[in-house]
Amino acid sequence: MTAGRVAVAAAALLALAGCGSPSGTEAVTLNVSAASSLTEAFTRIADEFEADHPGISVALNFAGSSALAEQVNAGAPVDVLATASSETMTTVSDAGNAVDPRPFATNVLTIVVPSGNPAGVSGLADLSGSDVRTAICAPEVPCGAATAALLAATGESVDAVTLDPDVKSVLARVVADEVDAGIVYVTDARATVDKVDEVPIPEAGTAPTDYLVTRVIDSGSPDLADDFIALVTGPTGQQVLRDAGFGPS
Amino acid sequence: MNRAAAAARQPWYIAVPGVVAVAFLALPLLGLLGQAPWGGMWELLTSEEVLVALRLSLTTSLAATAVAVLLGIPLAVLMTRSRAFGGGWVRALVTLPLILPPVVGGVALLAAFGRRGLAGQVLFEGFGIQIPFTTVAVVIAEAFVAMPFLVITVEGALRSSDRRFEQAAATLGARRWTVFRRITLPLIGPSIAAGAVLCWARALGEFGATLTFAGSFPGITRTMPLAVYAALDVDRSQAIALSVVLLLVSVLILVGLRGRFLTGLRR
Repeated sequence: MTAGRVAVAAAALLALAGCGSPSGTEAVTLNVSAASSLTEAFTRIADEFEADHPGISVALNFAGSSALAEQVNAGAPVDVLATASSETMTTVSDAGNAVDPRPFATNVLTIVVPSGNPAGVSGLADLSGSDVRTAICAPEVPCGAATAALLAATGESVDAVTLDPDVKSVLARVVADEVDAGIVYVTDARATVDKVDEVPIPEAGTAPTDYLVTRVIDSGSPDLADDFIALVTGPTGQQVLRDAGFGPS
Repeated sequence: MNRAAAAARQPWYIAVPGVVAVAFLALPLLGLLGQAPWGGMWELLTSEEVLVALRLSLTTSLAATAVAVLLGIPLAVLMTRSRAFGGGWVRALVTLPLILPPVVGGVALLAAFGRRGLAGQVLFEGFGIQIPFTTVAVVIAEAFVAMPFLVITVEGALRSSDRRFEQAAATLGARRWTVFRRITLPLIGPSIAAGAVLCWARALGEFGATLTFAGSFPGITRTMPLAVYAALDVDRSQAIALSVVLLLVSVLILVGLRGRFLTGLRR
């Protein structure tokens, strides 16, 4: 009978589902999800952490904060979450998945242009109209929300050719010289200083972006997660963040 | 013979993994349907944002299909009738976009048509034309990714079609164009239709190459899949509603084709 075969298949499926649980004796991996703009700084901090914790490896997952928050709220196995906006962190706290989120850094926006500044961009005012092709983040993601806030504060407007899903996409388009200008965080400009030129925005400090870090409630290694957060908020992590261009929280 | 009975007679080592495979493929789709906001579906789907994305998706995917038909059928004919194009390397080249990660396809398109790309540089410096971030770029990205479906389907049909009809027509004095139009095309017509529909479906779902090569701007380059991704950041239920629409369209296409793709038409 077909029904019998289906029952056997269902049992096999359950057996498969059960074999993925950790046995506890293997090497421990700490899963850290962090906003794209933290790529360089958190990679260095993770190296420090692994040096201090033999046998522990840190798995870093960088993406747009909203996508990371979405993953955590959907039950992804994440121990530490660091977002580039307090709003995004709020969606995780509201879902009951964040343990004590705390600010650890700030970032400000800047204009990046391809090396040599071919379009002659000198400030935000040059980014309106169709002469200068500009890439910015979509307003739905933190860097885009910060861009919108900055434009509102300065009264300037930008005519973008693309609203990208994360800040690294904007930067990549400037590095590839496919756009004349992009609005990114100063930390992104600092990390690619050899490939792009920076045109600072004097008013950028009026709309800083807060970075928050938290342990995820379902973390399988809460003590390690807290250790990692202590490293980020402590002198070592803060020095790494300052070197990358982040401001104090 | 009763089909269910035939399935039941399969040994367990075929039946069990087979059923697991069905569950593996069906569960994500069921999950999506289960989370869909059915109550507010109509309102979500008729919002200005969604309609703009839907319109853009329809026009670009149809344009990409037209490009694929106009270029792909001659290519399929060359692959089966010409020694130079019949080699394995052409087949590999045609198959490549099928297995290439779409994002890589987008980067490759930038390397070709971006303003620092092989052809794009000539266009930009000679004529001031920039293709990325335009609707044309969306059509190019979709055609690049979707054309293989048409070419491979039509090529398969040409290979299995009976060449004696063409030879008979030629013997009776028909010119080459007449033979192609009156004999070859009608013979492979159903496969062209199947290949074109499949190509259109793939173009409709294109995401990675489009985002990388064309960018994402409402009304110009933000097609349905890109709108789904953008919506995921603010409104999960809207993203799921859009996904369900794309899913339903795909299912309708596949059911309509009844397996006539990639193998050509079986008679």
